[in-house]
Amino acid sequence: MSAVRSLEPWRWIGIPMLQTLGATILFGIPLRIWGLQLPEPVFPMAAVFAWGVIRPSMIAPAAIVLMGLSLDVFWGGPFGLWALAMLVAYGLVLSSRSMISGQGRAALWAWYAVVTAAAFGVGVVVAGVKDRNLPGLIPLAWQYLATIVLYPFSNRLIEMFEDADVRFR
Amino acid sequence: MSLRDSPLGELKVPLAWTGAVAVIVAIVAVVALLASDRRDAFRSEAYGATRGVADQVLAPVGDALSAPGRWTGAGIDTIRGYFFAVSENRRLKAELKEMRQWRDVALALRNENDRYRTLLGLRTDPPIPMAAARVVTDSRGPFADTRLANAGKERGIKVGNPVMSENGLVGRIIGVTTGASRVLLLTDTASKVPVMIDRTNARAILTGDGGPNPKLEYLRGQSPVKEGDRVITSGDGGVIPRGLPVGTAVKGLDGRWRVVLASDKSPIDFVRILLFQDFTQLVNQRELAERETPPPTAGALTVTPQPGTASATTAAKPAAASAPSTALKPAAGANIAAKPPIAPPKTAAEKASHPGNAVGAKGAIQKPGVKALPAKPSALKSPAPKEPVAKAGGPRPTPKSGAEKPAAKTAKRSGAASAAKTAPVKAPARAEPPRPPSDDEEPPT
Repeated sequence: MSAVRSLEPWRWIGIPMLQTLGATILFGIPLRIWGLQLPEPVFPMAAVFAWGVIRPSMIAPAAIVLMGLSLDVFWGGPFGLWALAMLVAYGLVLSSRSMISGQGRAALWAWYAVVTAAAFGVGVVVAGVKDRNLPGLIPLAWQYLATIVLYPFSNRLIEMFEDADVRFR
Repeated sequence: MSLRDSPLGELKVPLAWTGAVAVIVAIVAVVALLASDRRDAFRSEAYGATRGVADQVLAPVGDALSAPGRWTGAGIDTIRGYFFAVSENRRLKAELKEMRQWRDVALALRNENDRYRTLLGLRTDPPIPMAAARVVTDSRGPFADTRLANAGKERGIKVGNPVMSENGLVGRIIGVTTGASRVLLLTDTASKVPVMIDRTNARAILTGDGGPNPKLEYLRGQSPVKEGDRVITSGDGGVIPRGLPVGTAVKGLDGRWRVVLASDKSPIDFVRILLFQDFTQLVNQRELAERETPPPTAGALTVTPQPGTASATTAAKPAAASAPSTALKPAAGANIAAKPPIAPPKTAAEKASHPGNAVGAKGAIQKPGVKALPAKPSALKSPAPKEPVAKAGGPRPTPKSGAEKPAAKTAKRSGAASAAKTAPVKAPARAEPPRPPSDDEEPPT
């Protein structure tokens, strides 16, 4: 079990934010290996879930907006789509915090999948309204699967900082 | 008074509540941002300064990050070339042999095409200048399919320019900044491109859905498409030129017609950005607005306008005069020198060469070697013009008729008038009549 770290914002919010954005840029390079492109998961979703589980915060929503807008700028999507989708996901985690804290890894992973599905649902609605055209189910399913397999990273972040602030256990 | 002495000093707000309030405030702000965003607009200012600066920064970063991948690929290609040189040489020789035969066919067809064009007085699209660029970043999600190319406004790239790979159409430019431009792929949900089925001329709108095979929507006619049909751009709307290869039609798993994109045959690392200007960009709006009212037809009845009655003024305009005025619109808008009213064409050959008829926006630009329509008022006023309709300055393999003789006569002598009726030559690119230009109007793609 990893050692518990002190809960300083730059440590539990700043560094994961930079790491997820770095991973997004790295996976955005036009590279094909044996004719196949790299998967494109939503890396920040892992951090968003972990932040909601660790403790409520006022910095986290601002960081989520920043990350979401960065994703939209980098991917060239509608400006605000991922910020809104991830804020909704964070709100869901925050509202269900008392229910999911202390649960086992599998239960948390399942909840992470549900929250990610909600975020993708918001994305579908926004794309439908903005572009008057719904994205296909297959590309949605691919990105969704690529995102939910990232839960171990989220779990690692939770284990590192969950016990740092005993008021929110 | 210190905070502790204040009546609100002991007030404690749970962090969960403040966090929830922060989330709600952030959601409201983001919804406002989303509502104001228009990434698929055809106006360059709609792209926004934030995106422009971010692209400017991201382009060199993406270029540097993708460099190891490029070097590795180049190294593998070198090794593969070394080991497979003999078999590749054999394959290339066979291909060259076949290509030589095609070259002869192409030369014969080009010669024939030039003859028909000269006879019919058709003006074709000029060659479109291009800018080459390398793709430096790539996004492939269901909500955004765009790429960043490392060429920007310094190369003359504008919003709306079509982008092609060596195999076919890739998308169009939605944002330009210095040193970078953002390409909206055909697979993006915001992408809607007018296309046509090459075999049947059936029109459709190619609509992306985030997957690799965009949908064919609004297909018209009975069985307009079948498996394996070639899909090309239709040029409708004027944003993308006609005839660019898009892909082949396939029936999707969901029962809808989809397109296997030609550009997917190989990795899209280098792209060509067509510096194509549509009709609304070419047209001289001021000149179009300032056209002169044509004189009334001689002998036509005119009504003396009653002072103070608008209807009488309108009625005083002869109907005959308004028709040439309409006919003039495309010609003037297309920057052709012919300003006086143009009489409607009578013969098939004249119809084909009539400026308001065949050529649209790009057709108005003269191909090197083909002169413009005569601007002589005498030729244009007469209902049956005797003056030459088009002069061939370029290759013209019809020495009998001579370059100075009227095209209509030439067409009759060589039987081209009937040829024009049966239209053996493929319709010229962008043969649709030009739409009325407007600053605020957005093309339908």
